[in-house]
Amino acid sequence: MVITRKVEFSASHICRNPQLSAEENRRLFGPEANPHGHGHNYVVEVSVAGAPDPVTGMVMDLKELKEILNRHIVDPYDHRFLNYEVPPFDRVVPTAENMARDIWARLDPELRGPNRKLRSIRVYETPDLFIDYWGEQPCSA
Amino acid sequence: MFRVTRRYRFAASHRLHAPQLSEQENQRVYGKCSHPYGHGHNYVLEVSARGPLDSVTGRALDPAALDRLVARQVLTPFDHRNLNVEVAAFASVVPTSENLAVEIRRRLKGAWSAEFPDEWPKLDRIRIAETGNNMFEIGADEIL
Repeated sequence: MVITRKVEFSASHICRNPQLSAEENRRLFGPEANPHGHGHNYVVEVSVAGAPDPVTGMVMDLKELKEILNRHIVDPYDHRFLNYEVPPFDRVVPTAENMARDIWARLDPELRGPNRKLRSIRVYETPDLFIDYWGEQPCSA
Repeated sequence: MFRVTRRYRFAASHRLHAPQLSEQENQRVYGKCSHPYGHGHNYVLEVSARGPLDSVTGRALDPAALDRLVARQVLTPFDHRNLNVEVAAFASVVPTSENLAVEIRRRLKGAWSAEFPDEWPKLDRIRIAETGNNMFEIGADEIL
């Protein structure tokens, strides 16, 4: 069974690769590369897979999940400029893909339990653009 | 592996009416969707692609490239059109959202390599909402 909890935070970022010229960044990232940054209202859906506990009937206590998400995602990310304030984005381009990967790395150890594990992360950069990530997996056709 | 999904909107009219069926049967099968002058919807289309991260950009897909492809193949030919009359594929195929998903998949797969010439990203799935209450999903390689 899969349970999903949603959290929101607002943050600013610049998508640019410091190894490339300003022109090249502009070509690759468009307005996302504007030098002073810009922001999004990010929405993150975290899905945990597991079996309901025979006593509580829950895969996981949603209050506990909410506290974990607040502590490990919202607290460090909310109202921050990702490139300047939230490692690893001082050296990793803060695309939604890299954010999904970072969120996975932060949550995976927190959500492991005898009967449950992190299943997927969905990051909405806007309502019209979102990323799904299931952890590191080989790319097959 | 990441899956990137982009959401698009278009408005179009259609009429569900199978020429092989009698008027009465069309009425029975399609109900008000078969009214003779057609009707319209605000369609919401989700296009998903999957792939590994590009090591330079930190992205699995360039959204601007997908936008160009979908605009050219789907939004420009479909938006504010009568699908039965103005989209050749629906001259003989009933423009249900199922068939619309199949046609959009055909168009995107056919033109995919023009915007994405490399091995990755690959088209992953198409999802269409005809209204807020009806959704239709098809995998890129799903066999019907």
